[in-house]
Amino acid sequence: MTYAAKNLTDGRELIAFRVGAQEFCVNIMSVREIRGWTPATPMPHAPPYVLGVINLRGAVLPIVDLSARLGMTPADPTVRHVIIVAQVKSQVVGLLVDAVSDILTITDDKIQPTPDVVSSEFEKSFARGVLAIEGRMICLIELEAIFPQEEREAA
Amino acid sequence: MDMNEIKEIFFQECEEQLAELESGLLKLNDGDRDPETVNAVFRAVHSIKGGAGAFGLDDLVSFAHVFETTLDCVRSNRLDPGPEVLKVMLKSADVLADLTNAARDGGSVDEARSRQLIKELEALANGEVPQVSAAPVEPVAAVAPPPVNDEGFQPVAFSFDDFEADEEPPLMETPTYEIVFKPKSDLYAKGNEATLLLRDLSRLGEMSIHCDMGALPTLDRLSPENAYFFWKISLKTDKGEDAIRSVFEFAEWDCDLEISLVEDEAVQSGEELPMQPVPFDLSILDDEPAVSVGVVEEEEQLAVQQQEIRNAAVSAAGTASNVLQMAQSAARAPAEKSTPAASAAAQSAAAQQAAASAATPTIRVDLDRVDRLINLVGELVINQAMLSQSVVENDTNGTSSINMGLEELQQLTREIQDSVMAIRAQPVKPVFQRMSRIVREIADMTGKSVRLITEGENTEVDKTVIDKLAEPLTHMIRNAVDHGLETPEKRVAAGKSAEGTVRLTAKHRSGRIVIELADDGAGINREKVRQKAIDNDLIAADANLSDEEIDNLIFHAGFSTADKISDISGRGVGMDVVKRSIQALGGRINISSKPGHGSVFTMSLPLTLAVLDGMVVTVANQTLVVPLTAIVETLQPEASAIHSFGSNQRLISIRNSFCPLVDVGRILNFRAIQANPVEGVALLVESEGGGQRALMVDAIQGQRQVVIKSLEANYTHVPGIAAATILGDGRVALILDVDAIVAASRGQSLKPEMSLAAVG
Repeated sequence: MTYAAKNLTDGRELIAFRVGAQEFCVNIMSVREIRGWTPATPMPHAPPYVLGVINLRGAVLPIVDLSARLGMTPADPTVRHVIIVAQVKSQVVGLLVDAVSDILTITDDKIQPTPDVVSSEFEKSFARGVLAIEGRMICLIELEAIFPQEEREAA
Repeated sequence: MDMNEIKEIFFQECEEQLAELESGLLKLNDGDRDPETVNAVFRAVHSIKGGAGAFGLDDLVSFAHVFETTLDCVRSNRLDPGPEVLKVMLKSADVLADLTNAARDGGSVDEARSRQLIKELEALANGEVPQVSAAPVEPVAAVAPPPVNDEGFQPVAFSFDDFEADEEPPLMETPTYEIVFKPKSDLYAKGNEATLLLRDLSRLGEMSIHCDMGALPTLDRLSPENAYFFWKISLKTDKGEDAIRSVFEFAEWDCDLEISLVEDEAVQSGEELPMQPVPFDLSILDDEPAVSVGVVEEEEQLAVQQQEIRNAAVSAAGTASNVLQMAQSAARAPAEKSTPAASAAAQSAAAQQAAASAATPTIRVDLDRVDRLINLVGELVINQAMLSQSVVENDTNGTSSINMGLEELQQLTREIQDSVMAIRAQPVKPVFQRMSRIVREIADMTGKSVRLITEGENTEVDKTVIDKLAEPLTHMIRNAVDHGLETPEKRVAAGKSAEGTVRLTAKHRSGRIVIELADDGAGINREKVRQKAIDNDLIAADANLSDEEIDNLIFHAGFSTADKISDISGRGVGMDVVKRSIQALGGRINISSKPGHGSVFTMSLPLTLAVLDGMVVTVANQTLVVPLTAIVETLQPEASAIHSFGSNQRLISIRNSFCPLVDVGRILNFRAIQANPVEGVALLVESEGGGQRALMVDAIQGQRQVVIKSLEANYTHVPGIAAATILGDGRVALILDVDAIVAASRGQSLKPEMSLAAVG
């Protein structure tokens, strides 16, 4: 609830992107930049969804395969893939997604509660709600839930 | 600028003054009898006292005052600065440093110690020279700068109402002196204030002052740095000429002073001189200076005079940088209570001060800013390398202009990198100076007589290295004095001089800083070390060790050769801690010891912690960096040297000893099965625990300096990986944590549960 509770203002901007056949979005305020895929240096003992680290203007940036992280088929990154550089708490991470589709401006009442069909606790924890826009279904995800502290510790 | 900032500047200056004080005292200790050295020492204590007075730091003031009084005896040749005297003075300098630190951080001071020293200092001042009545005690010495308020200073207001007020009082029997006081511009530059001197003078007796402004040029020719006025004073006092001189003693280097005894009526001398007397009322000065700006629209000359007085008031509040900073902030925030006139005065004073101290202008910069700059330059270097690479790749017909431009860019970036790194570089002097104090204290506690000789204190090294150097160095100095040096009796018996020598040297050698600590003590008692090692089960009773190996045993944890545990050292947490902190800095430490002649500890440290010398290697198609300091040697294993051991261990024989082989690719989980050692290269490494391991890598790419980047900032700590770096092609390479790898090869797995996950 923290995500929704923090943003009970009228209207906010979200960045929508595609992972596999599904669409997701995150709050634009957490997004630092969007850049193309560059080969990452693999990390030893990293969880499978951590593709490795890249150089972001001198900083070491870990790259997370969002597809693998959300329980879908792991991505096979190509130059057509996109990295969303996002701020999660004090850390900056890169999310590998298939493509960024658009920027949505919505009000909070457009966010519908997550349907009661989610299969696992994990999916419940990252989905913050769904949006219906022009016949598309876009899932609002919470970045902090994608990298819970204990998961990162384990990594 | 608020009070805290001014205070912070004061403390920063205190540090400089304390360093000056200590180095001056040490010079005196070495037999330097240059009056300028004595003066410098005196001035240092005096400025600390002055500043401390302004901030109401009473403990500091009272101690500095006693210290100053004793120093004054030295200055006036009433006290000979012999070794005994200097011993007390050096200890007093230490206490002064403690008091300053306590005033800054709120820590506590050993009061018994400072009381004891106050007694000793007073005894020196009184005991050796009974006639000290002329010594500057209360009012004279305590010329504190005017109270500093929120704006940093307050202009001193003058009333010129009673121009003709001064009437000559009837002559009495008391002798009259005629004093001509002619300040040089240095007087103001050094923060002295003519008005305060005159006020002190007025306390000695009845006085009339005439100010000569004849030398004052027209405004367009006026240089604010010069002193144009001089004062002609006639003073009736029975206190004698010495008392008058003592008023000016802080200023005597910076002014021309003539004092003559006037017989009779001739005192009325004003008329003889072709000057306009401007008497002014000194009593106003005794009141709290009040802010008054209205007076500014006086006559031009008076305004100039005011300006000069203001300047003096400003300079009194601190030294050059102090004023500079105050002036800057005054200029930045003119809306604050400070009046425009005041800030203008401060600015011109600042300009004056800046010009005066033009010899070595320095600025204080936040370390964060420098770090950011270094980061950016690191990026620039990488970017430039990437650019060159892609030009080389795409350049088919070799356009020379692009290549030339690239070459120039390369040269420029390298120069920028060097200059930026140089910003962080600082001389090791402050650390070395701190060591002389440690030596004094330990020598005192152990009853040994020790002489510390430092060399190469201007050798520069990165600030972070300097900061981390103090701790291991303190430890080693303590050991050198406590364990290394013998007692004076033993030394004399061994045919050496009773005074032991500890020599601390710093120098640059092949891109590293080498710090050497040598003592001329007894050297390491190898029999004792050996016995101790056997007792502690470190070595077998019949082990055959070389002298060097025995010496290195003292780096083992829990190892101490001291017979009894003292306060100073010998609790067995000594040299292993030293070695670890040196290694944490990417350094190495060596001992060489000659029985009867002393020991030499040699530390070799990188010049900076931002950069690391690394061996770039390939492991399972990944590029890794192995810190060069960990590598003992590299070798190409031959099939005959590889021996299987147990189920899946392998050993490599190196000169008839067996060393476990560790496949880096396997242990980091980059591959599932161990690589064939014959196809790779073995890096013989020595780990923290002293064990040797042969790390197997696939190939060596070369040796390179790499910029260290944090992994933890955005990711997390990775077992087996110390940090990351960015290679010329812009990709991230991981820096191996050799100790963790070696520990893992001993059975402590890096992270078993995650390894399983990663393999799957």
